[in-house]
Amino acid sequence: MNLVLAKTETGRALGDIFTASQGRLPGMGRVADVRRQAFEAYEHAGLPHRRIEDWKYTDLRVLMREVQPLALAPNAAAIERARAALKPHAVEGASKLVLVDGVFAPALSDVAGLEAGVNVRSLREILDDNGSDARADLLLTKQTDAMISLNAALATDGVVLGIADGAMLSRPVQIIHVATAASASAFTRSHVKVGHNVRATLVESFIAAEGARSHQANDAVIVWIGDGTELSHVRLMADAVDAINITSQVFTVGAKAKLNLFNMTSGAAVSRFQGFITLAGEGTELSINGVNLLRGKQHGDMTLVVDHAVPNCTSREVFRAVADDRAHSVFQGRIKVWPKAQKTDAKMMTRALLLSDEAEADNKPELEIFADDVACGHGATTGALDDSLMFYLRARGLSEKEAQALLIQAFVGEAIEQIANDGLRDLVTANAQRWLEMRQ
Amino acid sequence: MEQQMPLLEVKDLQVRVDDREILHGLSLTVNEGEVHAIMGPNGSGKSTLSHVIAGKPGYEVTGGEILFKGENLLQMNPDERAAKGVFLAFQYPVEIPGVATMMFLRTALNAQRKARGESEYSTPAFLKKVREVSNSLNIPQDMLKRGVNVGFSGGEKKRNEVLQMALFEPSLCILDEMDSGLDIDALRIAADGVNALRAPNRAMIVITHYQRLLNYIIPDVVHVMSRGRVVKSGDKDLALELEASGYAQFEDAA
Repeated sequence: MNLVLAKTETGRALGDIFTASQGRLPGMGRVADVRRQAFEAYEHAGLPHRRIEDWKYTDLRVLMREVQPLALAPNAAAIERARAALKPHAVEGASKLVLVDGVFAPALSDVAGLEAGVNVRSLREILDDNGSDARADLLLTKQTDAMISLNAALATDGVVLGIADGAMLSRPVQIIHVATAASASAFTRSHVKVGHNVRATLVESFIAAEGARSHQANDAVIVWIGDGTELSHVRLMADAVDAINITSQVFTVGAKAKLNLFNMTSGAAVSRFQGFITLAGEGTELSINGVNLLRGKQHGDMTLVVDHAVPNCTSREVFRAVADDRAHSVFQGRIKVWPKAQKTDAKMMTRALLLSDEAEADNKPELEIFADDVACGHGATTGALDDSLMFYLRARGLSEKEAQALLIQAFVGEAIEQIANDGLRDLVTANAQRWLEMRQ
Repeated sequence: MEQQMPLLEVKDLQVRVDDREILHGLSLTVNEGEVHAIMGPNGSGKSTLSHVIAGKPGYEVTGGEILFKGENLLQMNPDERAAKGVFLAFQYPVEIPGVATMMFLRTALNAQRKARGESEYSTPAFLKKVREVSNSLNIPQDMLKRGVNVGFSGGEKKRNEVLQMALFEPSLCILDEMDSGLDIDALRIAADGVNALRAPNRAMIVITHYQRLLNYIIPDVVHVMSRGRVVKSGDKDLALELEASGYAQFEDAA
């Protein structure tokens, strides 16, 4: 058990922010009680640091020296800056759901144009509806991570998305988080409930508009996937280079589902993407993959916990990290196979490419297997670009940067090619190419 | 009439690798249109010479110079040398997973053209050119969709080198042990491809341990290298003489 009694200054500042934010947080009665309990749970654990095994490589006490106050609700000017920033990131044909500085922005969202079977409300609207106490459940998960507790305490808004049984969506739904504020934080919490036998595509983007500075995001997404559902999900985190982005996603997956998930981190000074995926129904296939593209002094952490709770599921994880300059990439992957989860087939492969002597990559694969009839495997490598490949390309006329770009593209391509949906794969490839072009 | 400038002049070249001198004052002059063969026993410095001309890192030039079209080649990056018209066909072409051959060919060709201030090839013009060249080399189109050299046989890898040579139209081709690992049929296909590229404005340096390759690519000049120097030069008959008597006599001479 991780007990931390000493509080850091950052920890105290958060307490002040929680007290000061009371008027800004939607929901009374049981909602307020749940928030208070969540904050107490957070305070008990404290800001995660290196002696907590799950946060070993991402010590927030060091990396998050100050906590910004909650961003003000965006004014008309902020909405316009967000609108301008959205354009290059909006996926063609997608139904956009936009959050600006942690507040749902109907003016920028396509709520009216949603496909049949898709239902959207804002978290704020539901929490403020005093008719039902069940709404407080939106702030609860079985995960006890301190940053998820903090999120429950301080979430100002989010998207509550429902997709009805049998819906075959032809267009992606895209949730876009836009930061416009300076020295402010946004706590968002979204719920995605996907029914049985659905086919859907979900994209999430984190971007910064003009004026965003020293911005902090703490996002949580709670997802339920019904039986027989096929979901493609891509998250692109391109927050501002001085931002802090902590995102937690909690998936509970039914039987015979097919999940194809991908995370690309290229933004933020400090980021952590933690995914907790519980395979709770038999015959489900999970493919969860990702790429970190980091430069400068960026710190990017991707932590995945895949829980095989039932028999006969497969999971595949392919992760690639590219770290340039003095960047630090972290991959932690835990696969847990419960005693009754026989015939589990789980594989994880993580590789890191270091482009400079000062770049760092940590890979931590962990297998916790309690069943005896399973096929589980993992692999991890870290290295530099191959000199012999570089010389071959340069002898054919490619400059050093061009040759590196081609090899980096091929390297991250091994993860990107896991994306099943052609459109999403092209989208991620284009984003990776933009990152590479900035190296030229 | 003014005498024509040699395409390549290697003058008194001295090269070290890890504090060991490999080339001890090697000189070589190659004119446009000529095919030179460099023969010699293992460890004589043949491959080192090819690597130094192409600009491979890890070699320290401690003396001498290399002029290419009158310019100091040693001051150029490998990619600048390629754009100027130097092409090294590798003894062991590398495999590059994840980089499709077609994309690689196009990126390389356009990088060279851009460096020379020429316009980039349009897609149809590029595809047409690749198709022509690959057909003549008996390279199936689906091979070009695969990663560069990934899963290629030895012969296919060498043919892929010749394909690039034909596409990039260099003025100096260096073939480093092109015959290694090839059976007679594969060798003949590759050699036919090379012969088709012989031209008055193009020179070739064919590096080989065995005379066999020179039955297919007939050289104008044959040099024998031993212990880091050219110890004898002659016409194509020198290669036959070597085949009969071996390298031992030259090792003693050096």
